[in-house]
Amino acid sequence: MEHTNKMLLKGNEAVVYGALLAGCDSYFGYPITPASEIAHTAALLFPRLGRVFLQAESEIGAINMVLGAASTGRRTMTASSGLGISLKQEGISYLAGCNLPAVIIDIMRGGPGLGNIGPEQADYNQVVKGGGHGSYRCIVLAPASVQEMCDLTVLAFDLADKYRTPVYVAADGVIGQMMESLTLPEPRAGKLELPDWALDPGKDRNNLITSIFLKYDRLEEVNEALQEKYRLISKEEQRAEEYLTGDAELVLVAYGICARLAHSAVEQLREKGVKAGMIRPVTLFPFPVDAIRQAKKNAKLFISVELSCGQMIDDVKLALDCAVPVKLINRMGGNIPSIDEIVEKSLAALNELKGDNE
Amino acid sequence: MIKETVTHAKPEGFFETFERRPGPIKKNMHYCPGCGHGILQKLIAEAIGDLKIKDKTIFISPVGCSVFSYYYFDCFGISVPHGRAPAVATGMARSNPDSIVISYQGDGDLAAIGFNNFIQAANRGENICVFFVNNAIYGMTGGQMAPTTLPGQKTATSPYGRSILNEGYPMKVSEMVAALDSPVYVERTALSTTSNIMKARKAVRKALCNTIDRKGFSMVEFLAGCPINLKMSASEINEFINTRMVSFFPLGCFKDIAEDRDPLKRSKGIYKAEKVRELLYPLKVDKGVSPDFRNKSEIFQKQRKIKLGGFGGQGVLSLGKMIATMGKLRNFNVSWLPSYGPEMRGGTANCSVIISRKKIGSPIIDKDCNLLIVLNQPSMNKFLPELKKNGVLIYDSTTIKKPDCGPDKKVYAVDASNIAKQIGSLKYANSVILGALSAVMDYNFLTPADQADFDRTFEEAIMDCFSDKETIIKLNIEAFYAGQKAVIDAYGKK
Repeated sequence: MEHTNKMLLKGNEAVVYGALLAGCDSYFGYPITPASEIAHTAALLFPRLGRVFLQAESEIGAINMVLGAASTGRRTMTASSGLGISLKQEGISYLAGCNLPAVIIDIMRGGPGLGNIGPEQADYNQVVKGGGHGSYRCIVLAPASVQEMCDLTVLAFDLADKYRTPVYVAADGVIGQMMESLTLPEPRAGKLELPDWALDPGKDRNNLITSIFLKYDRLEEVNEALQEKYRLISKEEQRAEEYLTGDAELVLVAYGICARLAHSAVEQLREKGVKAGMIRPVTLFPFPVDAIRQAKKNAKLFISVELSCGQMIDDVKLALDCAVPVKLINRMGGNIPSIDEIVEKSLAALNELKGDNE
Repeated sequence: MIKETVTHAKPEGFFETFERRPGPIKKNMHYCPGCGHGILQKLIAEAIGDLKIKDKTIFISPVGCSVFSYYYFDCFGISVPHGRAPAVATGMARSNPDSIVISYQGDGDLAAIGFNNFIQAANRGENICVFFVNNAIYGMTGGQMAPTTLPGQKTATSPYGRSILNEGYPMKVSEMVAALDSPVYVERTALSTTSNIMKARKAVRKALCNTIDRKGFSMVEFLAGCPINLKMSASEINEFINTRMVSFFPLGCFKDIAEDRDPLKRSKGIYKAEKVRELLYPLKVDKGVSPDFRNKSEIFQKQRKIKLGGFGGQGVLSLGKMIATMGKLRNFNVSWLPSYGPEMRGGTANCSVIISRKKIGSPIIDKDCNLLIVLNQPSMNKFLPELKKNGVLIYDSTTIKKPDCGPDKKVYAVDASNIAKQIGSLKYANSVILGALSAVMDYNFLTPADQADFDRTFEEAIMDCFSDKETIIKLNIEAFYAGQKAVIDAYGKK
């Protein structure tokens, strides 16, 4: 029988295909809505390829299994939603502090507290700004389609290995739950070489993985090295999709499902004669500062479109050095703004700006 | 087997000098006189050397005084979060079953903050070796109460003595683990008298041999002293262990069934691209069209928005998925977005499907819907206002009364539930609806060639969704043509 690389998949399912095609060796996770299909699909497909699937006893158990697997030099992952990510933060801080690569999928739901299972983007701060204790960052990739759920998961493993750092794939519940057609990428050719630092028979048994450094100066050095790594990542790995930003006077900044809405809103605004454009950050850390600054040329107004109280907007303002006004269009609690709502609020914000300038 | 001679040289599992230890002292350990860690770590290092497993042993240092174990052990090392060593060990042992993973833990680490990770690893029968040091107190943090602190024992956080009313009885870890089916070896020993230490030495080796032989989970508990925090001299400590601790924590082997167990088998990962593709890529079921096939009918030149609603369990979501699959099979871009959550288990469920030649913007449909399919009354009430002018409505007339909508809508009633029941089950209602849709498409939108292709696409989609279930495929196809016929019977031929 002939095989095909065309599939119709949920975003959550596409993540698992991406992981396996990228050579991921193990999955450790705990069920949580709206991320559970990732565990379901992993339970089905990892064993099919002779790889490790294990349902952990808790989110904390899962991230520490990832810590163990990562320290053996193999590609490993876990997935959860906001509450579970909160529980994992200690382990993620250890991964960062130990320079260990790992991939963490966050399918964001409504919060704070138990919240609900509707889509939000309110984990922005906890995934982009560090989240756990200590001065560390994680690379954060933000897919906006099912194809990207797959492709960015592959990229996440590559970046995690390249920089020896934990990498998030952060998507709202809509991107996780929706189905789209996608083309599967080619499988990575063959088994990956284990890195020299791995805790694995055959490697140097003096290999030691630790994040404890009693001497203040030594721990400061370790921190400096981490910051140097993050500077390099900020320089090399910014990714963004730009849409009609060249002449744009109004620039919408949005990721995930909001970017899909903003894209349609820009089309409608253009029809109404507004020179609108959009920047979709594909990397939330590093934030695509260069693309934002580039778009500043003609822009009179930036608007951050978010499913949170406005968390990314801080990074937009920082990127612009507050030289251009930045407004917020947002919904919370699982609600999603309609395209009409984005268009109307954008027009209102533009009018208000004109009023201010007159 | 292992020689039972005791040598007095530095154990082979230790470094020659402890260069990782900061400061000028490179030959001694950092443990206090009378502390159990020094004795136990020597026993472990000796065993690692004798068993010749230095090159494949990973020693997990916990949080506590033994966090610096990596100063001493000449093998792989890692320091992990407080209480999480068994979870970390699980990740390692699963990643490479050849590794000998030692989870070395104290009583706060194992029996308090990390108890769940510990007991669950035990219950899974992970092939790891847990060495549990029970000294009835938190050492490094400064003498606070542990789960194993004895009743009446004064600590920094039980200054009036541990009260069984306030803090309960000491935790009997070995007894609890031994009650589980998975673990193969559980023993409690003491690091007090020479004869106890010799028993501990044997237990260490037995546990490590079990791990080497892949027999599963082994744990040895060691009653130990902490003279500084217990405020006792080294000799008083031995007395404390041998009388007071032992009265709560009796020594002995609680379980030893390794001989009855077969070695654990773990699968080997498949990574060859060819093989991965074969196992992961789906089988191609459609015989139909080439990748550059484009449907000619006018209807498909624009983006089409389809909304489907009904009771959870009526198959609304899979009906949407079927339409999306048909779109995929004919090279359209498609999106399918469900309402998800509690409503899927009893209430009303709905999904939005968009089919387009162009890249699809928002997958959400909240207005201007081209096709509305409803299988229950609440969905009719909710979604009818979203139907666009000239939009098509198909509804299940078994359960829904005729809607009151203007002449600008094309409305088709199908007795879907009844037809489905006649075929065998309500679950075929969605194929009945799709058959009806086929007839509706024929009336209004499709060229003759595309009409034939529509039905063929449905059959391919059914096979795509139920590839291995022949009866289900057959009955769904039957339902499809029954639905098609029902519409033609009711509304006449084109």
